[in-house]
Amino acid sequence: MIIPVIRTALLALRRDRVSMVLSFVVPIAFFSIFAVIFGGAHDSVPKIKLIVVDEDQSSASHQLVKGLENEGSLTVTTKPAPTKDQPQPVDYTAATAEAAVTAGDVSVALIVPHGFGEHPISFGPESEGTAIQLLNDQSDAIAPQMVAGLLQKAAMTAMPAAMAEQGMKYAGKYIGEFTPEQQKKINSNLEELRQFESRPDAAGASAGLNSSASGGIIAVKSRSVVGQNKKSPMISFYAAAIGVMFLLFTASGSAGALLDEAESGALDRVLSSRVNMTGLLAGKLVFNILLAFTQLTVMFLWGWAVFKLDFFSHIPGFVVMGLCTAFAVAAFGMLLASICRTRAQLGALSTLLILVMSAIGGSMFPRFLMPQAMQKAGLWTINAWAIDGFTKVFWRDLPVTALWQQVSVLLAIGIVLFAIARRVARRWEYS
Amino acid sequence: MINQSTPTSPTALSSLPLKIDLLVKRFGNVTAVDGISLELRDGECLGLLGPNGAGKSTLIRAIAGRVTPDSGRVAVFGSEAGSPASRAALGWVPQDLALYPRLTAKENLSSFGRYYGLKGKKLEQAIAWGLEWAALEDRAGDLARNLSGGMRRRLNMAAGLIHQPRLVLMDEPTVGVDPQSRNRIFEMIEALRTQGMTIIYTTHYMEEAERLCDRIAIMDHGRIIALNTREALVQNSFGSRSQVVARLDGPSEKVSAWVAERGGRLTDSTAEFTIEHPAEITALLDGAASAGLELVDLSLRRPNLESVFLHLTGRELRD
Repeated sequence: MIIPVIRTALLALRRDRVSMVLSFVVPIAFFSIFAVIFGGAHDSVPKIKLIVVDEDQSSASHQLVKGLENEGSLTVTTKPAPTKDQPQPVDYTAATAEAAVTAGDVSVALIVPHGFGEHPISFGPESEGTAIQLLNDQSDAIAPQMVAGLLQKAAMTAMPAAMAEQGMKYAGKYIGEFTPEQQKKINSNLEELRQFESRPDAAGASAGLNSSASGGIIAVKSRSVVGQNKKSPMISFYAAAIGVMFLLFTASGSAGALLDEAESGALDRVLSSRVNMTGLLAGKLVFNILLAFTQLTVMFLWGWAVFKLDFFSHIPGFVVMGLCTAFAVAAFGMLLASICRTRAQLGALSTLLILVMSAIGGSMFPRFLMPQAMQKAGLWTINAWAIDGFTKVFWRDLPVTALWQQVSVLLAIGIVLFAIARRVARRWEYS
Repeated sequence: MINQSTPTSPTALSSLPLKIDLLVKRFGNVTAVDGISLELRDGECLGLLGPNGAGKSTLIRAIAGRVTPDSGRVAVFGSEAGSPASRAALGWVPQDLALYPRLTAKENLSSFGRYYGLKGKKLEQAIAWGLEWAALEDRAGDLARNLSGGMRRRLNMAAGLIHQPRLVLMDEPTVGVDPQSRNRIFEMIEALRTQGMTIIYTTHYMEEAERLCDRIAIMDHGRIIALNTREALVQNSFGSRSQVVARLDGPSEKVSAWVAERGGRLTDSTAEFTIEHPAEITALLDGAASAGLELVDLSLRRPNLESVFLHLTGRELRD
């Protein structure tokens, strides 16, 4: 009697395409996304973008920068990317590097100060080492630590001569002067090391050297330029990230009322009254915008009440980003509802799309942890633009004018999606 | 088959409640409405009678402006179907329960009233009228989904008439309701008739058409195959003839052969014969006896719309 039961269940499943999609496509889609992000499916390890400002311009600082550039897990830039206005951009300065971290262009910047070459090593309690400044964005807790570690590694591997010379100095200081014979041999070895350093493939090469350099060889002073006064660093990020994901679910669910009305015949009846399809869709769009905005407001107020999110200092930015995000997600919901034929279809499609968008758009984990290609793919999602905008408002304390990019993209998304929804909805207008 | 359009300028359109000229609507290879022309007089109640798939609902949707004709023209009080003037003049009670289930009866009426542009006191009056007409005053605050089937049907009707239209389309408003609720609906429609409202009423129940309608259009395969008063339809099809309904007992092959020989029609074990004079009944009785068939039951009746439909199409109305 078990076989007939199995057979019946199989027949039912085969005809229930929605269940089939949910059973097979969604898990495969998610597995693939997570595999790409965390599994290095395409050998694309996430790289940390790093700005280096070499104020010293000494041989030692050049070697250090070269060593950092050769680190596979770092993308080192010393000047901004060329633009139409500035086809030949000048090198970053300490101030412009700090501004870039503040604006969220990079998470970390290193300033190699004047005099570094003379005293690159920080050794012992009376260290004379000139400290490198590490400027960081506190929202990224991983990048500054990685950069600090790699900085020590680069120092050990890229500037062995400076290391040895400074070591000898410290040895002389603490042990006593070397004999002329010893000094001659030291100088000869140092010369060999300098020649080794000058070879193009030398910098960063770790073969034969201890790559696990202990911390503190290079003095580093870290300073958070973003988020230094924030009580709960990730609250605003997660309020936006989770908020947008659930906004998308709410918007598609709410827009699904259109399908209920079509099924019950109420839509036909409404369209036979004075209401036309454009008016009907516009009315539902506005309702869904207000619903989404209210949902966001409640979420951020909860963040303020429970997690000390600084909500009331950022009202203008919140309103601008909230309304633009609500518009985009409402239009997204309208499009899904107009494409789908049934509630079940809408449920399956919206679950699939929203979870994928949320995964690559940064609602589930920060985009800066993702490989470069995935970060770019995330820009095709509403989540990414909304989260970036809210981060600018609540994390970077940027003014409303700094949101023009996010606002423009979200509005454009909303307009395009709604226009397509209106076009697709023609199927309900006449038969 | 008539399917060519006859363009008419809007100014030439009649100001009759409804004027349809050579309307054709196809869905793929299926011609749902096949060259229908129809006029409706003020205050008239026209019954559209036909089996499922005859094209009644498509015709109604075309009048409501919800179907784009392939050819032909529909004018409501002189305005093109689907135009703002036509929408304002028209009330549509669809076959489906086209309501918002999570809204109360009153909220449903209010919503549809607003869709028709009612507001303020006019809206309040319209809602009060709708609730009273549908006998739902004491259930005004109940969610539509919690109402009984009959109550939802009545609310469905009230929602279609909330703006007091001059022409009402009712698409099988009694589908799935019990006899008591059906009677209540009949009373509602009769109340509208006394107000002089023009009504098109589709059904496949002949007794409803006979009770409510001035004229009856019989539809089949997308065409109106007869249009007249009930009496005229019967007269045209049967003249002064009557029908004999006989229930026979005997071997089925024998019964079939005998009924066919006598020009009757057999449904299950019941045979129908059309006779000119009551005297022909005797001959039928004698014939049955000599064929060795037992006559269990016999009755004489005047032909009805069902008979007319059968006569015109060779099929039962509810096939």
